[in-house]
Amino acid sequence: MTSVTDPTTAQPPKPLESGPLDPTTRDAGAEERAAQQTPFRRFCRDFFASPVASVAFVVLCCILFIAVFAPWVSPTDPYDLAVVDVMDNRLPPGSTSFDGSVTYWLGTDGAGRDVLSAIFYGLRTSLFVGVASGLIALLIGSSVGLVSAYYGGRVDSLIMRIVDIQLSFPAILVALILLAALGQGVEKIIVALVVVQWAYYARTVRGTALVERRKEYVEAATCLALPSRRILFRHLLPNCLPPLIVVGTVQTASAIALEATLSFLGLGLPITEPSLGLLIANGFQYMMSLQYWISVFPGIALLITIVSINLVGDQLRDVLNPRLER
Amino acid sequence: MSVFIIRRLMQSLVVVFVMSLLVFFGVNVVGDPVDMLINPEMSQADIEATIRALGLDRPVHEQYWHFLTNALAGDLGKSFIFGEPALKLILQRMPATLELAFVSLLMSVVIGLPLGVYAGLNPESRVSRTIMAGSILGFSLPTFWVGLMLIMIFAVVLGWLPSTGRGDTVQVLGVSVSFLTFNGLSHLLLPAFNLALTNISLVIRLSRAGTREVVHQDYVKFARAKGLSSNRIVFVHVMKNIMIPVVTVLGLEFGGLIAFSVVTETIFAWPGMGKLLIDSVQNLDRPVIVAYLLIIVLFFIVINLVVDLLYSLLDPRVRLQDVKA
Repeated sequence: MTSVTDPTTAQPPKPLESGPLDPTTRDAGAEERAAQQTPFRRFCRDFFASPVASVAFVVLCCILFIAVFAPWVSPTDPYDLAVVDVMDNRLPPGSTSFDGSVTYWLGTDGAGRDVLSAIFYGLRTSLFVGVASGLIALLIGSSVGLVSAYYGGRVDSLIMRIVDIQLSFPAILVALILLAALGQGVEKIIVALVVVQWAYYARTVRGTALVERRKEYVEAATCLALPSRRILFRHLLPNCLPPLIVVGTVQTASAIALEATLSFLGLGLPITEPSLGLLIANGFQYMMSLQYWISVFPGIALLITIVSINLVGDQLRDVLNPRLER
Repeated sequence: MSVFIIRRLMQSLVVVFVMSLLVFFGVNVVGDPVDMLINPEMSQADIEATIRALGLDRPVHEQYWHFLTNALAGDLGKSFIFGEPALKLILQRMPATLELAFVSLLMSVVIGLPLGVYAGLNPESRVSRTIMAGSILGFSLPTFWVGLMLIMIFAVVLGWLPSTGRGDTVQVLGVSVSFLTFNGLSHLLLPAFNLALTNISLVIRLSRAGTREVVHQDYVKFARAKGLSSNRIVFVHVMKNIMIPVVTVLGLEFGGLIAFSVVTETIFAWPGMGKLLIDSVQNLDRPVIVAYLLIIVLFFIVINLVVDLLYSLLDPRVRLQDVKA
């Protein structure tokens, strides 16, 4: 949340002569307690008021935990050739390995790897690419948007023309064009996803910053002869954060989906770093012989990730949007 | 109005120019043009002849001019794999892609509109809640995974519909289409539905919101007071008015359909432009990639221009704002 004092926390002076049983006094007391809460606590209370969003948040935390600690959580290391046994290939879910030492709860793929472990490692790659590209795009996009809003005039109209033109092309098309030219690789797909996303952040920040720029605290900072850089990043940026967080979650979800799509098409990540999209692509050939688990389970993992991020993002939008404040 | 059209045309020309620069430098600066445009299996003498023919031994600005004039003349190089002009290959595949996109556009209206209107008329019913939850899923599900599931359920398990190719085609005005034969139609159904899924969700949301707004309008109340049947009110008075935003948004989404058809065509082996692109990327058939990029960029610029012009016709505020700015 922002550090500025929220106008809703300022309390009107209360009448002193009312008795202890007067309903207005009790009401005022409750409001006073609410006023003592930090903005962060109020935000948490609002956020967890929705059971769906709470569940989505918990699921998302679990997914993040699995992604970060994949090597320790996974039952087997799917990319350790000493452990993977080709004799175990394409076993249905729930079967035990050839030597009887491991149970494959979600089956094995064409090379005898445990699908569950492959999903855990795939989540790691997918989330890393999604979050990294989201953060870089956020940095670039919000800087550009702030500069555009602060300076206005020619700079502003030039930047916004570029943003408009880029947003008139669908994200997947821009990414396809870039990857067709750049080739495969983790850093290349991150570059492509950053190029796709920065414009959304720039537009969001500019919109908010244009409103904030006219407020008194910016005027005050300008009168104190603070340098532009300081006003931009220390005064304007923190006040543009709420919409930025919302756009950030939604964009991260769509970046993960886009990366999966591109990897599925064989344009994204190389075979050495399989994301969920590549796992699904690998299972495609076995689908015709009804060995569904190789593709279906990574797909469900991808789906749960995207839906939980979107649900959290939706709730964030409701909570952080001042127009909807209850 | 004419000022507006001229401004938009100029802007489009600038974008075309910038894009051609980007593609040119993408080919020439990021990669080695000799690697990118020449088949490595040619003999040394052939390679040198091609370098001269493509003008790769001249300075960069002359090369760009050469590239630009060739592109304007419709010469975008020959495919390594097929040995035919890249432009011709792409134009041959274009009808298949357009057919898929149009059918899925139609599908999203035919499926989405009734569901959305129903949900708007009975906002509290359980069926409506299911429809709305389904539409959220339609937005969140990754297209390619839904495609795989469709193939598995309808082609492998149930065996009802074929999962690859275009089926029998018929020549109409020199263009082959599949929707006129039964076999072709059965091939078209799954990929078109897969491509339409996001737009079905979009149409459901738009028509639900539109219906909820329209049913409280005075003319609907008047129609009801006049004693019109509720069927007539829904199909004539409500539907007509919610069609405006639905048609506008779908027009805007058409470009997105062309872009997303790359995914659908690859999954269902639909022989369109998108599949050609992915095949060319995998086979390193670079002239076709470059030609595809130029054509698709041009295509989008035209779509955006048409949408902008239509918008300014429908809503005069758009062009007034632009002239003032």
